[in-house]
Amino acid sequence: MPLKFLQKFVAQYSAGPADWDALEEALLRADLGVSMTTHILEAVRKRGLDVNAQTAAEVCREEILKVLPPAGPPPMPLPDRPSVVLVVGVNGTGKTTSSAKLARWFTSGGFGCLLVAADTFRAAAIEQLEAWGKRLDIEVLKGQYGGDSAALCFDAWNSAHRRKIPYLICDTAGRLHTKSNLMQELSKVKRTIGKHDPTAPRECLLVVDATTGSNAIVQAKEFHEAVGLTGIILTKLDGSGKGGAAVAIQHELGIPTRFIGTGEKPEDFAAFDRDTFVNTIL
Amino acid sequence: MFSRLSDKLQDVFKDLRGHGRISEKNITDALRDVRMALLDADVHFQVAKDFIARVKDKAMGEEVLRSVTPGQQIVKIFHDELTTLLGGDAAPLNLTKPARILVVGLNGAGKTTSSAKLARLLKSQGRAPQLIACDLHRPAAIAQLATLAEQVGVPVYQPQAGETDVLKVGREAVAWCDQTPGDVQIYDTAGRQDLDEPLIEELRRLKEFLQPQEILIVCDAATGQQAVNVAEKFHAALGLTGIILTKLDGDARGGAALSLREVTKQPIKFAGVGEKIEQFEQFYPDRLAGRILGMGDVVSLVEKA
Ligand SMILES: Nc1nc2c(ncn2[C@@H]2O[C@H](COP(=O)(O)OP(=O)(O)OP(=O)(O)O)[C@@H](O)[C@H]2O)c(=O)[nH]1
Ligand SMILES: Nc1nc2c(ncn2[C@@H]2O[C@H](COP(=O)(O)OP(=O)(O)OP(=O)(O)O)[C@@H](O)[C@H]2O)c(=O)[nH]1
Ligand SMILES: [Mg+2]
Ligand SMILES: [Mg+2]
Repeated sequence: MPLKFLQKFVAQYSAGPADWDALEEALLRADLGVSMTTHILEAVRKRGLDVNAQTAAEVCREEILKVLPPAGPPPMPLPDRPSVVLVVGVNGTGKTTSSAKLARWFTSGGFGCLLVAADTFRAAAIEQLEAWGKRLDIEVLKGQYGGDSAALCFDAWNSAHRRKIPYLICDTAGRLHTKSNLMQELSKVKRTIGKHDPTAPRECLLVVDATTGSNAIVQAKEFHEAVGLTGIILTKLDGSGKGGAAVAIQHELGIPTRFIGTGEKPEDFAAFDRDTFVNTIL
Repeated sequence: MFSRLSDKLQDVFKDLRGHGRISEKNITDALRDVRMALLDADVHFQVAKDFIARVKDKAMGEEVLRSVTPGQQIVKIFHDELTTLLGGDAAPLNLTKPARILVVGLNGAGKTTSSAKLARLLKSQGRAPQLIACDLHRPAAIAQLATLAEQVGVPVYQPQAGETDVLKVGREAVAWCDQTPGDVQIYDTAGRQDLDEPLIEELRRLKEFLQPQEILIVCDAATGQQAVNVAEKFHAALGLTGIILTKLDGDARGGAALSLREVTKQPIKFAGVGEKIEQFEQFYPDRLAGRILGMGDVVSLVEKA
């Protein structure tokens, strides 16, 4: 159960004027970040320094909703070629798990899907995705440890194309955005897939752990530069992390959150819904 | 939004130097900026607040006020306070026999990798570690630890595939350890969220059974404000004895470390500085202090101030 700081705050002060410290605290606690928090508080301040707590809370909510776009329609498969989804991110955020969940999301929507074990580096990364494939009954294409993940994804595209499988999800190795060689390797994966189809990958999704603080924005910035992100998968929202960084990412970089992870089971996954999200944040 | 805190501090202190004397007012103004910068480095807001209050107390002390270089004095107070807070007394691991280390933490923090890294480190110090896979949850977790154990060259206990009872695995592992040469047992557990009561309870029972001398929480350096909740929950349930801070090879400022220290009062014992098995080292508080303040070399900053 997420703590509803702002609701408590409203209950406590609704009779009187807003307590600015408590308001700031509530926003910071959600990991909205200093910049976003300042931005929101600015908006509240415009209502006057003696704004009451109820109004303050409403303004906060409005400001966050102003940043987050409403959900678009779910992507439909391309008629003539596979839609490639490249899943990227720093170490341990939940890429492999989310790749599997996403594959299940597509297949349960009635579309075929192939998973590619493009993490050829981390110990047992291939076995991990294979285990998921087995559990979900989804085919996993794999190579060798130490192998070239770009080549693997390139071949996987052929396989999906030949067999008319609409979705191809590539689970890439975790890498810190500060490691330029690893970031270049990721750009190469993208470029290589682009040889088949200059518009591919259709989606580059960054997996962000909801417990991450201000570094999430730096991660998004760097990955965006390397591969051009189309969205965020925000994971581990079942913990006490609120994932406020996703708002900051949207605000500063314009990258929308598309999916959320709320547990370790395959069904703990959903399309991002901004109203639900704002409620848990506040 | 924030330039590096060091630049900020330089401006602030240059300003202070302009004043013949330091007053409460100009210190308060300066500290307000510093507080925001700490928050930006993911220091928990309450921890930041208390910290600023302590620095202010010291900064208002007679010594500083009479000093000819008050700005420099305050920078030093900052750095020293932070180093003290992060350092504590980093006692070596307690490895009296039978030495058992339980490794716990949130999903994906780096427990399995750190368990293997720790085994490697202990081995290089002449110990004979044994790795025990207690993550029955994550797909291929056992294979992951087994692969790493092979790289390190230490024996590993692998539960049967499909086993779900962690306590049973604990019992079997202890028996296995008795039969296998070794003098320190490292138990890698499944990642879990702090709000997951049943999983926290499972860990508590495993701890009761193993009675480990060391219970180390593994925490990602990029963790945000929730580091406090996480530390509170795991500490209350298990009684942590130390912290491993991972992924310090990135550019996260690592303010979460302050939260972990404040809540648990336990030392940060090791730092993970890369994915490779040897990228693991003793923790240096002053390095992280400099990093949180956004200034590598505090001494040179003091000279410039
Ligand atoms: N509680 C919870 N755990 C999650 C969620 N998503 C992933 N995890 C867990 O997070 C841990 C790491 O997940 P992985 O999918 O292996 O992460 P990854 O990004 O592929 O990791 P690397 O490939 O090593 O960088 C595992 O324990 C997962 O079960 C989620 O939404 N909630
Ligand atoms: N760059 C870097 N990566 C690290 C470090 N420590 C661990 N990792 C990576 O972080 C990811 C997660 O590590 P694991 O050891 O699987 O984490 P875990 O806590 O065991 O994960 P779960 O068991 O799923 O909860 C992997 O990709 C590791 O290679 C570190 O110090 N630096
Ligand atoms: Mg992975
Ligand atoms: Mg693990």
